[in-house]
Amino acid sequence: MLKQTALNAAHRAMGAKMVDFSGWEMPLHYGSQIEEHHFVRRDAGMFDVSHMLAIDVEGALAREFLRRLLANNVDRLQIPGKAMYSCLLNEQGGVLDDLIVYYLREDWFRIVVNAATCDKDLAWMQARRDESASSLALTPRRDRAIIAVQGPHAREKVWQAVPEIRGVTELLKPFQAADCAAYFVGRTGYTGEDGFEIILPMSHAEQFWQALSSAGVKPIGLGARDTLRLEAGMNLYGQDMDETVTPLESGLAWTVDLTAERDFIGKAVLKEQAVTRDLFGLVLIDKGVLRSHQQVRTTYGDGEITSGSFAPTLDKSIALARLPKTIPLGELVQVEVRDKLLSAKVVKYPFVRNGKSLI
Amino acid sequence: MTIPNDLKYTKSHEWVRTEADGTVTVGITHHAQDLLGDMVYVESPQVGRKVAASEECAVVESVKAASDVYAPIAGEVVAVNEAVANKPEMINQDAYAAWMFRLKPDNAADVNALLDAAAYKAVVDSEAH
Repeated sequence: MLKQTALNAAHRAMGAKMVDFSGWEMPLHYGSQIEEHHFVRRDAGMFDVSHMLAIDVEGALAREFLRRLLANNVDRLQIPGKAMYSCLLNEQGGVLDDLIVYYLREDWFRIVVNAATCDKDLAWMQARRDESASSLALTPRRDRAIIAVQGPHAREKVWQAVPEIRGVTELLKPFQAADCAAYFVGRTGYTGEDGFEIILPMSHAEQFWQALSSAGVKPIGLGARDTLRLEAGMNLYGQDMDETVTPLESGLAWTVDLTAERDFIGKAVLKEQAVTRDLFGLVLIDKGVLRSHQQVRTTYGDGEITSGSFAPTLDKSIALARLPKTIPLGELVQVEVRDKLLSAKVVKYPFVRNGKSLI
Repeated sequence: MTIPNDLKYTKSHEWVRTEADGTVTVGITHHAQDLLGDMVYVESPQVGRKVAASEECAVVESVKAASDVYAPIAGEVVAVNEAVANKPEMINQDAYAAWMFRLKPDNAADVNALLDAAAYKAVVDSEAH
């Protein structure tokens, strides 16, 4: 039996094609995932991401606990409402998950983790809590829905739908959040566009969704979510990284501070790691479509595509690929696609930001 | 569900039409394009290629996935639809107009053994469980 979000009936009423995503019945698209992709880049789309899990970390030891738990430095969060992206690592430096952590108060942080990994994450966090901070409360918020509204007009349309949150959320800078009554609003996202991610009581979800729809926001499925995040050069857990690789091999060195004194789980291994490969962008020159697990041949050594698809904004195929770290940008490589070798170019990513091509 | 009565079908979701000149035209069904979603790439076979029945003959790729298109019967590829290769979304717009290739059958009677519309509908229904 698949789990359902509070918006399941609303998705069906809007014509969604529903699929099994990590045990959740989620909308893949509502007709055309390419049109949905363009609508987010040009206007505003809404995503039901209630399968993801918010976990509240509450208690006096919250910051100290997160300092050790997270690979990114929680001490970068000094202003209430500030958010940060981080990996959660095991002792070997392998990536257990990636997440966003919001700092609300010294005794309240909120973490949002992926759906497929949430049980593993919670068990890991509880075990680490029991070792060193047993007074800390870790509360999974399955009573909450999560709706992302993304696109150049996203914020304006959220304010049309819920005028009372305008005053507080208008002041939010990127990667800042505010708790306004029922709505926990973060100016974050997974598309490379402006917008909000909103955590709200499940009982409010349908009404909010319909109000957004009335304001002209279109529903967007997981299909377009994937092409949007790929163009934005954002990793997908389980595809671009997992427990077998470290952040330093996953284009995420910028999220790990190895010079500060702070000790965190996995740090010892990362400090010693001889990093030989990393994530790079690929743009396909020949016709075809790049896909995950395709092999990449280069004169610097071989590699593999971790995420590949057709990029609607660019009208060509792009990929993230784990390649020898020494490979220069601009290098031409060969990708094995069925019985052919296709030419692709190594590029810096993101590929698209705020509706504009960067390649 | 759109399954025209005047066509033949395969279990692998190709549709087949016998033309007046004895060649057979092949495409993928409405159901197949619905499963795959927005089409973005078509790899056509070489004209002149000899294919066996059920041999991989072309590839369609949607944003979501790549999928092989099989030769429904044995024969020689005598034409490919360049318009569809240049504009793969034509398959989404009308799967039965967006033919992919034409075969000159080794044995014209092979077409008779393919599924009719009712039998193909049963295949689709059984997949939907």
